[in-house]
Amino acid sequence: MLTKRIIPCLDIKDGRVVKGIEFKNLRDAGDPVEAGKRYSEEGADELVFLDINASAENRKSTVDLVSRVAASVFIPFTVGGGISEIEDIKNILRAGADKVSINTAAFENPDLIKESSEEFGVQCIVCAIDARKKEEGKWEVYLRGGRQATGTDAVEWARKAADLGAGEILLTSMDADGTEDGYDIELTKAVAEAVNVPVIASGGAGNLKHLSDVIKFGKADAVLAASIFHFKQHSIKEAKLYLQKEGIPVRF
Amino acid sequence: MIVVIDYNLGNIKSVFRGFEKIGAPVKISSSASDIDRSDGMVLPGVGAFRKAMENLESLGLTDKIKKNIFSGKPYLGICLGLQVLFSSSCEHGETAGLNIIKGKVKKFGSGVKIPHMGWNNVRYKEKTTIFNGVESGSYFYFDHSYYVEPSEETVCATTVYGNEFTSAVVRNNIYGVQFHPEKSGEKGLKMLKNFSEICLPKE
Repeated sequence: MLTKRIIPCLDIKDGRVVKGIEFKNLRDAGDPVEAGKRYSEEGADELVFLDINASAENRKSTVDLVSRVAASVFIPFTVGGGISEIEDIKNILRAGADKVSINTAAFENPDLIKESSEEFGVQCIVCAIDARKKEEGKWEVYLRGGRQATGTDAVEWARKAADLGAGEILLTSMDADGTEDGYDIELTKAVAEAVNVPVIASGGAGNLKHLSDVIKFGKADAVLAASIFHFKQHSIKEAKLYLQKEGIPVRF
Repeated sequence: MIVVIDYNLGNIKSVFRGFEKIGAPVKISSSASDIDRSDGMVLPGVGAFRKAMENLESLGLTDKIKKNIFSGKPYLGICLGLQVLFSSSCEHGETAGLNIIKGKVKKFGSGVKIPHMGWNNVRYKEKTTIFNGVESGSYFYFDHSYYVEPSEETVCATTVYGNEFTSAVVRNNIYGVQFHPEKSGEKGLKMLKNFSEICLPKE
């Protein structure tokens, strides 16, 4: 049986893991190479690495860091942040990533999803969506790390991205991110029911019940979390034991 | 030496690092002479079928790989490297494969999310060397939209996703897995170790 995945997320800034609240107030959370190795060995199902201050200038150092992290990660490894063209995708994959996560560039140039999925396969193209609640049952897509509103409905965009060839949706609730008050279950459910590709819920994990709630009620295929693992509040194993107790299939 | 064949598609480094981790001599290469000299070939996995066949052809590797397989050299195909062994795939239109194993590559049907992405159980029918030390039912990482349907007797292991599909094939010196051993933690590394011992038997 296909299991639900637990995915620790490394937000990277200037070569360090950081963690913020609602996309702001960053604090240091360690060395990415050590963190990646630890999660891989502890039984995480996947690892996500997001370069949160990506720019054309630091592209090369990101690729180097991806390569160093990948060297000790023997689980799937997704890299995102500032990816805007086919060449970026190729470089990141060649550095040892298994998937790339594309956010702003995919929205502004949807052909990128189509072209990259045809070139590299849909299984390695993840469309990341940052969404903020607009009104009851409606969420709006934001770009550039949450700084730019688009006016576009998040569920609509997710559906279009999947149709274009995104193999997975990494869905972050900006309202919930960093609050540790739980995932946005309604948003996750709305997207998970609209698309036929896996959906990773992100933003808001503060305890283990939050993980099981978004899987059970939000229909998430995978859960992304940072703080609860980085600051060793919970281990991956504890999280899996909890989910298993809740009747959710997990891998040990 | 085990050669990980580089055909300009996706992530080949993971496989290379997997073999490095278990201490096997390994090299990434797309050179025909390296393939000839190698003790075993690995064709790794990320990408689209048609592009894979085009790249193998333009690098002049299609016949080279076939020749080495027919000479009895161990071959491990991972994901796409399994699929290209087959007669044809329906990915992005009908595309011919290496036609070493008779059968087709098909897309998952309705009722399941596509791609089949994540950790799933691999159950083998009878134990073969490649599964030494790995119990039937172990979890491996999958990430694919297409699966193989052999029309000859090569099925070694199966997985259930909606329906039951072939997740590993073995025929003589040919090994193919739909999942990613290089991304499946300890058990995956054990399978790479098994393959390296098939290629380079201990004295």
